Amino acid sequence: MQEFFQNINYMHILYAFLVGGAICIIGQILIDKTKLTPARILVIFVTLGAILGGLGIYQYLVDFAGAGATVPLTGFGYNLAKGAKEAVDQYGLVGAFIGGTKAAAGGIAAAIFFGYIASLISKPKMKKQ
Amino acid sequence: MQKIGKQTIQFNCPPSITSTACIVGPKEAQGPLAKYFDKCLEDEFWGEKTWEKAESKIIKETVNMVIAKSGVPSSNIDYCFAGDLLNQCISSSFGLRDLNIPFLGIFGACSTFVEGLILSSIFVEGGAGNTSLCAASSHFCSAEKQFRFPLELGNQRPPTSQWTVTGAGSAIISKTGNGPFITNATVGKIVDMGIKDANNMGAAMAPAALDTLITHLKDTNRKPSYYDAIITGDLGHIGKEVVIELAEKEGFNIRSNYNDCGVLIFDKESQDTHSGGSGCACCGSVFSGYLYDQLKSKKLKKILLIATGALTNATSSQQGESIPGIAHAVSIEI
Amino acid sequence: MDNPQDTQKKYQDYIDKKSPNSPILKNCFNAFWVGGLICVIGELISQFCKFKGLDIQTSGTIVSIILIGISAFLTGLNIFNKIGKFAGAGSLIPITGFANSIVSPAMEYKSEGYVMGVGAKMFTVAGPVLVYGISSSIVVGIIYFIFK
Repeated sequence: MQEFFQNINYMHILYAFLVGGAICIIGQILIDKTKLTPARILVIFVTLGAILGGLGIYQYLVDFAGAGATVPLTGFGYNLAKGAKEAVDQYGLVGAFIGGTKAAAGGIAAAIFFGYIASLISKPKMKKQ
Repeated sequence: MQKIGKQTIQFNCPPSITSTACIVGPKEAQGPLAKYFDKCLEDEFWGEKTWEKAESKIIKETVNMVIAKSGVPSSNIDYCFAGDLLNQCISSSFGLRDLNIPFLGIFGACSTFVEGLILSSIFVEGGAGNTSLCAASSHFCSAEKQFRFPLELGNQRPPTSQWTVTGAGSAIISKTGNGPFITNATVGKIVDMGIKDANNMGAAMAPAALDTLITHLKDTNRKPSYYDAIITGDLGHIGKEVVIELAEKEGFNIRSNYNDCGVLIFDKESQDTHSGGSGCACCGSVFSGYLYDQLKSKKLKKILLIATGALTNATSSQQGESIPGIAHAVSIEI
Repeated sequence: MDNPQDTQKKYQDYIDKKSPNSPILKNCFNAFWVGGLICVIGELISQFCKFKGLDIQTSGTIVSIILIGISAFLTGLNIFNKIGKFAGAGSLIPITGFANSIVSPAMEYKSEGYVMGVGAKMFTVAGPVLVYGISSSIVVGIIYFIFK
């Protein structure tokens, strides 16, 4: 563990913070200025991520900021698009249908599974404020 | 009973509101009107499994309470008018299914309570019966679930949004009694000014409230100063400002005696309710609790209660429809 | 007399002026640092995975799974909505918001049963994200196939 802490790349941590935060600011401006619902904003981000990922532009951001670019939902879209392209390289046209979901499978499955578990064990509560 | 002017009914033998009752949720209990409510709940479920069941229980217990307070045996109550915000008004019909009083379900969105008062008065004065009951309920959680988002979703409420009041209000209207009396009723028209923002209901309903207010004043040939208080149902802080300014443009100064139930029920600063309260129970509980008390103790002698409703649902707002508003007024005097 | 559309337009403009704006600077600041912090947690997990010798794809998946797990856990504890209220897009835009949007309706609609409630309503908010995300990835794949 100690060895890991000595090996942390602090510059990457800083870039992740700045880029991740900046992407969230874009989202916040959309929330406050456009009255879009959360679902619409998430859709815009994931689609934008997929387009930028498909064009290969988002890759630069990922190389620069790591999790700062992959953790926001644009990263989810990028991951889908990247998966599709890689699968096309491997399997041809059918790869377009396999790759995206395959690349995002872990996240989707985790969200479904944890969501189900959470709904089993807990109850929604009134917002206090 | 006769019609005067364009939309107003004048009661020649004004029916009396013989008793009222209200039950509210925990957040309302922290608000400035807490001491006027008959019962404040400690949690939103009230021992039930779902919010819908809790809302039914609230309206049921409120109705039981108003009957007990009035001393009239329930077999002597001729009609019950009740409504709420859930689809097909299930809170009222489920909550009141064991009541054994002839039941008429009504929907006027958040204006339901006054709609019930008006219909009760007409039935009683028209001779269809001696005593009628009206009730309306709403519940923050069931309303959020039906109209907006799941409670646990981490979203931000915009500053124009309003907080649905958890609770119910109920009143018994009788042919005889010591008042306060319902002297006039103005049935409002649907007014749609094209507001589409479901997070700004006050602005959507304010034109309807203004229309009903002005029509009422013209029909009865009264000035705003005739009333000790003019109270709207749930316009909130923004809607209240809008009504004051637009009324002024029309030549009516209501600045000194006008207020709104949604403004009164919560403390905006400490309770973080943004533009104020809303829902059927907002007007219902503030009237049944606070205003009825003020009338009984003669601190207010003449009030005009204008309940406002936004006639919208989740589907219509997703389809980009605007939000039509409605407002009904009753003048209550003692 | 103005025609109704003009009156409506005028009223809408009047309401826009009348309605208070969201405190956008404060909201953006909170969104920035909370969103940034979530990404930093992701980056730390990612670096740890790489340190343990995992490849980039696997590391990324593990980051997603852990953040989604944390978000689901906090939603279940009725904490996530408080974070969301404070941070806005800061917790919505990272993958945590996606997880919250799946968990919160699942909890909410439990009262309608486990199949048509939890099972069906789970995707009321997140469903569109998958529909548009996956569809656009397929389009990207097809275009890539054509122009490769």
